Amino acid sequence: MAVVETRSLTKVFKHGELGAVNDVDLLTKEGEFMVFLGPSGSGKTTLLRMIAGLEEPTRGDVLIGGRVVTGLAPRERRIAMVFQSYALYPHLSVYKNIAFPLRAQGLPKEQHRQKVEWASGLLGIGQLLDRKPRELSGGERQRVALARAIVREPSVFLLDEPLSNLDAKLRASAREELTQFHKRVGTTTIYVTHDQIEAMAMGDRIVVLDKGLVRQVGSPREVYDDPADTFVATFLGSPPMNLIDHGEVLVGFRPEHLLARALAEASAAPIANIAARVTLVEYLGSERILYARVERGRFAGQKVIARLPAIFQDAMPEDEVVELAVAERHLRFFDQASGRRTESRPLTWE
Amino acid sequence: MFGPALLYIAALVGLPLVLAFLYSVGDVKVGSVGYHFVGLANFKSVFQNPAFRGALWHSFIFTVASQAIVIVGANILALALRDRFRGRAAVRFLLLLPWVAPISLGAIGWKWILDSIYSVINWGLVHVHLVQPFDAPMWLGEPKLAMLSVILVHSWRLLPFSTVIILAGLTAIPRDIPEAAAVDGAGFWRTHLEILLPMMRPIINVAVLFGVVFTFTDMTVVYILTRGGPYDSTQVLPSLAFFTGILGSDLAEGAAISVFLVPILVVIAWLMLRVAHRAEVV
Repeated sequence: MAVVETRSLTKVFKHGELGAVNDVDLLTKEGEFMVFLGPSGSGKTTLLRMIAGLEEPTRGDVLIGGRVVTGLAPRERRIAMVFQSYALYPHLSVYKNIAFPLRAQGLPKEQHRQKVEWASGLLGIGQLLDRKPRELSGGERQRVALARAIVREPSVFLLDEPLSNLDAKLRASAREELTQFHKRVGTTTIYVTHDQIEAMAMGDRIVVLDKGLVRQVGSPREVYDDPADTFVATFLGSPPMNLIDHGEVLVGFRPEHLLARALAEASAAPIANIAARVTLVEYLGSERILYARVERGRFAGQKVIARLPAIFQDAMPEDEVVELAVAERHLRFFDQASGRRTESRPLTWE
Repeated sequence: MFGPALLYIAALVGLPLVLAFLYSVGDVKVGSVGYHFVGLANFKSVFQNPAFRGALWHSFIFTVASQAIVIVGANILALALRDRFRGRAAVRFLLLLPWVAPISLGAIGWKWILDSIYSVINWGLVHVHLVQPFDAPMWLGEPKLAMLSVILVHSWRLLPFSTVIILAGLTAIPRDIPEAAAVDGAGFWRTHLEILLPMMRPIINVAVLFGVVFTFTDMTVVYILTRGGPYDSTQVLPSLAFFTGILGSDLAEGAAISVFLVPILVVIAWLMLRVAHRAEVV
C-alpha cells in the first residue's frame, strides 16, 4: 500500500491555453478512498491519467509511496486502473484477461491459477472464467475489470468512472459492493466520477475540481455542509444550494433547510422568515421540490428552491404566497466578487 | 434497377471468363477459325512443360515473399502513422503515392533504378566503395537478384494499400485497450503481439487476401522489369499465360494456364474468409 501525492501537477494540452489541470497539490492518506469529483471538462480524468502515467504532466510531480514516479512508465508504478469502458481484451477469455497482468509481470505460470481464482472469487465471478468479454453483462464486465486490477495486488487503485456504463439500478448495488470491496482490500484508491451521489456515498474525502483547479478537499460532510465557494455549493446537492444576492455577499442555504415556517419555529433556534410566491411544485414521491420567488422585503423577486419531505403534507398551491423559514445556523456566506466563503454576518431580511 | 450493372458485369467479367474456360478446353489459336473440343489436352501439355512448373513455383515464391514483406512493413508503417506528429499528413500522402500512381510508370522508374549500366543503386554502392565499378550487381540480369528485385518492387507497390487497411484496423481499437495493457505491465512487444495483433487479425486477413489475389494475378512488375527473364527465372503464371497465349499465339494453352489459377485462388479466398469469420466470432 502507498499514498499518492501530487505536487503542483499541471497539464497544458495546447500551448498558451488554460491548462486542463493547474497546479494541483494533493496527498492521500494510507488506504484512503479519495474521490475526484467535477463536471465534464474539469480535468479530473486528466489528473488521474497523469497519476497513472498515461499522460505526461507539463509541470509538477507525482509521488507514489514517497517515490517520485513522474518519469516512469505506467507499469513501473505498481498501480492498477479500471477504465470507464473496462478495456477488457476482447479476444481473451475472462481467465486470460485476469491473468494478463501476472503474465506481464513475469510471474511463474503455476501461480497464475491460484491468484486468478482468488481475485475472481473475491468478486464472485468464478463461474465466468471461460467466457469471452462479449458474453458478459455490463455488471460482470465491471467485475472482471476489477479482478484484473486487484490480481497482482497493486499499491494504488485508480478507477475512472467505473460505474457510469451500468444502468441506474445496478449502479446503486455496484456502488455498495465497491465500498465493501475497498474495506476488505484496504488499498489506497482514487476514484473519478461526475456523479455527486457516488462521491458522497463512497468517498472518505472528496476533491472537487473545476476547470483544472481544486476547489475544495474534504469529507463528504465538509464539502456539502461547508462548501468553500459558490461552485462547490451549487455543484453538490440536487437541487443546488440557494444563493441570494445580498450586496457584497451571497447568502446560501440548502433547499432542505428551507422549511414551512410552522416547522422551523418548532426548534428554538433563531430563524429567518421568507414569504415566497410558489411558481412550481414537483412531486417526487419521497419529497416535493418547491420553486418560488421571494415576495417582499429586500430580496423580493429572487428565486428560492425548497425540498419538502414527504412527512410534511400541507398543500403548497401554485401562485399563492407561502410562509417559509430557514434556521440562521444553516446560512452560509460567500463573497460576491470571488465566490469564496466568507464570515457570517447579521442580515436584514425586511 | 440492377439491369445495367448486371449487363456490364456480364459483358466485362462474365464473358471473358466463360471464353477463357472454353478456350482452355479447345484448340484455338490466334487467327484460327472454328473450335474443336479437346478435353484436358491443353492442361496435360501445359503441365508437362517445365516452364509452366517453374512459373507455378515462381508465382508461389513471388506471392509469399512479397506478402510477408508487405504485412510486416505495413504493420510497422501503421504503428508509426497512428500517433500524431508534425508532417504526418505529408508522410501519409507520400506513402500513398506508389498506389495511386500508374504502376507502369513506377515500374519503369524502377527499371532505370535497377538498370545494369545506369543503376543509381550501383552508382551509390560504388561511391561508398561497397562494390567495384566493373563488378556491380546486375539487379535484373542474375536469376536470384532478378527475383529479389521483382519481389521488392511489387512489395513497394502493394505496401500503401495494406498500410491503409491495417492503419484502419489499428485506429479502430479503442485507445483504452493498449493503455490498459500498459498499466497491467505489458511493454511494447507484449502489447503488440498479444493484444493488438490478435485484435487486428480479421483486418490483416483481409489485407493478406487482397494482397495474395493482387500478386498472384499480376504481371505488370514482372513484365516491365524482366519479361520473365533471365532464363524464365522470374516467370510467373500470369506473365507465362500472356507470353504463351497472346505473344505466342497459342490462345488455348494460354487460357489453360490462366484457368489453372482459378482453383488455387478459390481455395485461398475460402481459407482467408473462413479465418476472418472465425476471428470475428471468437
